[in-house]
Amino acid sequence: MIRFENVGLRYGTEAEVLRDISFTLQPGSFHFLTGASGAGKSSLLKLMYLAHRPSRGLVTLFGRDMAVVTRRDLPELRRQIGVVFQDFALLDHLSALDNVALPLRMAGTPETDVVAHCSEILRWVGLGNHLHATPSTLSGGQKQRVAIARSVINRPRLLLADEPTGNVDDGIGMRLLYLFEELYKLGTTVVIATHNEALIRRFDHPRLHLDNGRLMVLPARGRVEARTKDARANDPGPIDSRPIDSRWE
Amino acid sequence: MALRPVRPRSDLPLAVDPSSRFLGWITALMAFLAALALAGAMLVSDMAQRWDSGLAGGLTVQVAPMSGAPVAPLDERAEAALTVLRSFPGIRTATLLGGGEIARLLEPWLGAGAADPLLPMPRLIDVAADGPVDVAALRLRLTSAAPGATLDDHAVWLADLRSFAGAIRLAALGVVVLIGAAAVMTVVFAVRTGLALHRPVVELLHLMGATDRYVSRQFERHVVGRSLRGGGLGLLLAGGTMYGLHRASQGLRASLLPDLALQPWQWGALLLVPAGLALLALVTARWTVLRTLESMP
Repeated sequence: MIRFENVGLRYGTEAEVLRDISFTLQPGSFHFLTGASGAGKSSLLKLMYLAHRPSRGLVTLFGRDMAVVTRRDLPELRRQIGVVFQDFALLDHLSALDNVALPLRMAGTPETDVVAHCSEILRWVGLGNHLHATPSTLSGGQKQRVAIARSVINRPRLLLADEPTGNVDDGIGMRLLYLFEELYKLGTTVVIATHNEALIRRFDHPRLHLDNGRLMVLPARGRVEARTKDARANDPGPIDSRPIDSRWE
Repeated sequence: MALRPVRPRSDLPLAVDPSSRFLGWITALMAFLAALALAGAMLVSDMAQRWDSGLAGGLTVQVAPMSGAPVAPLDERAEAALTVLRSFPGIRTATLLGGGEIARLLEPWLGAGAADPLLPMPRLIDVAADGPVDVAALRLRLTSAAPGATLDDHAVWLADLRSFAGAIRLAALGVVVLIGAAAVMTVVFAVRTGLALHRPVVELLHLMGATDRYVSRQFERHVVGRSLRGGGLGLLLAGGTMYGLHRASQGLRASLLPDLALQPWQWGALLLVPAGLALLALVTARWTVLRTLESMP
């Protein structure tokens, strides 16, 4: 699904914000992306949702080498990726329904299906009474739910979320995480950048942990315990998130 | 819960852009000028066609009064000229115009007083040819048979009028081309400003998988809508102006002006002005957006 090999990213002539990043995400895996502020989480996500190209190294997405993908091929790849942006990135002049409808309309979905699907998912995230509200009239949490609804409306193969529960209370945060879990169980690869340790503890998934631009992959807690218990150190488990050359530090 | 019908919407808030707010008004002005230029060209074409059909292959012989001169009376000289004309090769008919017809021809210059019998009026002979006429030989025979007779060959000044009408048509076409160029520049400016203003939204749409054509369609819909509305308004104003000029020309008692009325098909042709401007705006917007987006990552 995603493969990074010795990837580095720098902005302009600045020092690299990401260094020697190597990992592989298997299709249908779920990972949390953690790290302190400024560690490079958003930059790594930007590489994954193809907003940036790496300064060096190899990125492979959906089996395609990004170094040789042309600009013309990008829309097709991007339509397979759902993104929840940290600042929501909603279009202020459009209603909640029209914001959620964007990916479907880009894909040429018939208008009747667009309205039906978008209304359904907005009701599911608790915004059934705000279908025609513009973002400026919504609270932070409501905007976040619209952003999440938009990211999953076209059943992406890869879902990337940057602090998706940052502005919602624990109850709604948990509900949204269950939505991501649902998509993960249906085969979507999910990566969620978060600081919320409670959520990470609640959902037992491996972590991609960034520290000062370097990445390490921490396996799921349950698997670590299982390994300790069964002494099966070589068991790769159902989700292959083993680092290629990342190190425990 | 019943769903509200989805209104036509644009992913980019182009309608509130300061640059595009004036696009409709500028297009209205351009459509007004283009419609007037085209209408003028069509009227001149009609005029030239009327001259052509009415005067081509024609000659006019004028026998002027010569008071005190030792010559035959005016009517005798006119009869002599008619005799020469009717026997000359290439002449089909030669008709002496009556006093009423001559007065009507002079009315634009002399008014109703042109019919005064006391005025020394020349005799005019309208000649129609049905083949090549040796104008020099005819002129010689006329002056010897009817002193004071002059021959006016329509072909000479008809050619001048034709070239004048052609120059007017060319000038009108030039005006339309310049208006088209101004329309292109206006749309390029509006679209580039829109792209610069909404770059973050365009980037977001790209990240969600929008193709360049998807983005350009947003601009195309916007500029075509504005152009059609502005063009329609401009055409309406031009139609009102043309109608006003037509009424004013009809009010002149002895008009030197041609009829300023357009034929129905010519009104139909003017409808193409807003449609043409909208098409030009569509092509320009698409070209500008695609070309600009190509430089984006």
